[in-house]
Amino acid sequence: MAMNIEMLRVESLHVSVEGTPIIKGLNLTINKGEIHVVMGRNGAGKSTLANVVMGHPAYEITKGAIFFQERPLEELAVFERARAGMFLSFQYPAVIPGVQVGTFLKKSVASVREEPPKGRAFRKELNEAMGQLEMDKSFLSRYVNDGFSGGEKKRLEILQMILLKPTLALLDETDSGLDIDALRIVSKGINQIAPQAGCLIITHYQRLLDHVKPHFVHAMIDGAIVKTGGPELALELEERGYDWLDAPA
Amino acid sequence: MNEEALEAVGDYRYGFHDPENATIRFDKGLSEQVVRDISELKNEPQWMTDIRVKAYRHFEERAMPDWGNCNLLESINFENVTYFLRSSNQTEKNWDDVPDDIKNTFNRLGIPEAEQKWLGGVTAQYESEAVYHSIREDLEEQGVIFLDMDTGLKTHPELVKKFFGTVVPHSDNKFSALNTAVWSGGSFIYVPKGVEVEMPVQAYFRINAKNMGQFERTLIIADEGSTIHYVEGCTAPSYSTDSLHSAVVELIAMEGAKIRYSTVQNWSNNVYNLVTKRAVAHKNATVEWVDGNIGSKLTMKYPSVLLKGEGAHAEVISVAYAGEGQHQDAGAKVHHLAPNTTSNILSKSISKNGGRSSYRGMLQVMPKATGCRSKVVCDALILDDSSRSDTYPTMEIGNATADLEHEASVSKVSSDQLFYLMSRGLPEEEAMGLIVNGFFEPFTRELPMEYAVELNKLLELEMEGSIG
Repeated sequence: MAMNIEMLRVESLHVSVEGTPIIKGLNLTINKGEIHVVMGRNGAGKSTLANVVMGHPAYEITKGAIFFQERPLEELAVFERARAGMFLSFQYPAVIPGVQVGTFLKKSVASVREEPPKGRAFRKELNEAMGQLEMDKSFLSRYVNDGFSGGEKKRLEILQMILLKPTLALLDETDSGLDIDALRIVSKGINQIAPQAGCLIITHYQRLLDHVKPHFVHAMIDGAIVKTGGPELALELEERGYDWLDAPA
Repeated sequence: MNEEALEAVGDYRYGFHDPENATIRFDKGLSEQVVRDISELKNEPQWMTDIRVKAYRHFEERAMPDWGNCNLLESINFENVTYFLRSSNQTEKNWDDVPDDIKNTFNRLGIPEAEQKWLGGVTAQYESEAVYHSIREDLEEQGVIFLDMDTGLKTHPELVKKFFGTVVPHSDNKFSALNTAVWSGGSFIYVPKGVEVEMPVQAYFRINAKNMGQFERTLIIADEGSTIHYVEGCTAPSYSTDSLHSAVVELIAMEGAKIRYSTVQNWSNNVYNLVTKRAVAHKNATVEWVDGNIGSKLTMKYPSVLLKGEGAHAEVISVAYAGEGQHQDAGAKVHHLAPNTTSNILSKSISKNGGRSSYRGMLQVMPKATGCRSKVVCDALILDDSSRSDTYPTMEIGNATADLEHEASVSKVSSDQLFYLMSRGLPEEEAMGLIVNGFFEPFTRELPMEYAVELNKLLELEMEGSIG
């Protein structure tokens, strides 16, 4: 078996938002080729984890550290994290009025790749990726996430992920609000990049896991991972809820 | 340009200046004699001299506006302005004949290149007068008149006399009086009945000298069923002392005609830009003002349309960018004088680094003007806490049949928008630039493509080095 290549390491992490502690001593290591799923109640700190790894300025690390490919992340600004190979699929992607999807994708790909994309080659790549995600070309002339349905937003996130080819993909409830077809399409995108990347998938539902096979499932409660298992844990959590994992009072 | 000059200019790309090689330069200051001298120098007919003198007397008596940025207005020293400066003895038809330093300036501004690629005609004004002028032959053959205003007065005095001052009378405001007294340069355009001018024609206004006053006067007449798109651009060097730009623009759209007037004003931040722009739209005519204000110290400008004939339509898109030390007091005025007239006003402003932008709008529907429709949308974007945005909308609705919509919003760039774009590899400045470009998109999409690209580059430049 090949040696593990570490993509993400979270060490005794404590995070506060406006002075309120949200993550309280979280440890997690993700290697290349591994798919990790984090499940938990609303407010458990799942989105905070994804956002703090990507560097959202509203989240303050009060203790502990995060490493990407063994490099401390505090050294890297948000855009440098993206350029280094990190990607966050947002739960609620921001609307950027007046900026066309095509313009945005080109700028983003040009920023992240060492070699800026050539016109024709990039169009071909874009066409292929959009075809695979069953996205109509008209997407390109629409404004970024402006008036998009929930499913359209998530598809655009996955399209960006495919184009940016991250080595660490953080997917924050990418499956929420998707119908069966969209779920299948989005899963295809995740499976495509998964072998070359470390994946952290945050979800409430087991059903995504019908399409994407995780190596590890983590249950998160009150800012920490309290139980780790295989795919069967996801089923158990969906069936039983989280109460059985709560620390005794 | 040497390093030192570059530094002085800062971020403003067009702040370079040439040596001042004037062939005629008036002493600073304004008097009735200065007004008469300008008229005499230009060999004008007596009636024009009379209009100028009358306007000067009105200017002397007329008080400053008691609204807008009164402090800045009061700080204008009319005695420290050069009212006339001739830098070339004639208006050339060939760039090769334009004096080298002036030609180089316009080359750097990309005017000759744009002319070859996509314009139907060009006037380049340097200080008080046009130094270059040309129009495509095919337009000339169709009877289109496109001249600098001084030549227009010489060659078509009857047309000028008939329309000059009919849309913006000298007594309209203090600065229209000043312009009428000392006007020089500007464009004169007549489009004959039914002629559709497909390629835009452009005028470019450049102030080079210190403490210069530029007072161009533009008159555009689109006869029945004709169309014309006029584009104007403006820049000036960055000096520590102020210059004054006070233009008057009059548009007349006859029955069924269409005039589009696009401006991107990018004056340096020492220019007072106090301009009166007004149009008359006759039956079923359309007038569109596409008005972009990026530069200047203080701009006060409210492109207006008088909807005089039934079924006439007005479209005003006004955008303003107010950075450090800038106040953009811009907006639009539409007067519905006839039944079934329609109008759309879209105003977008951005304030940054302590800049101030104001929207000032007037929408008037006369009692007889039944069945009118109007939509007004004002969006302001404030990029930091030290900047300011105000809105002063006025509506006077004279009858109950009017169908009116008014929307206004003030927003800030959200940290979520910035984070989203940064997480896709864009540094903060670039992310901000993209958001700003997107905000102005409804404006830029109305510009000729070359202009839109230029404007977006300009805005990105404005965002550089501005985020701590």
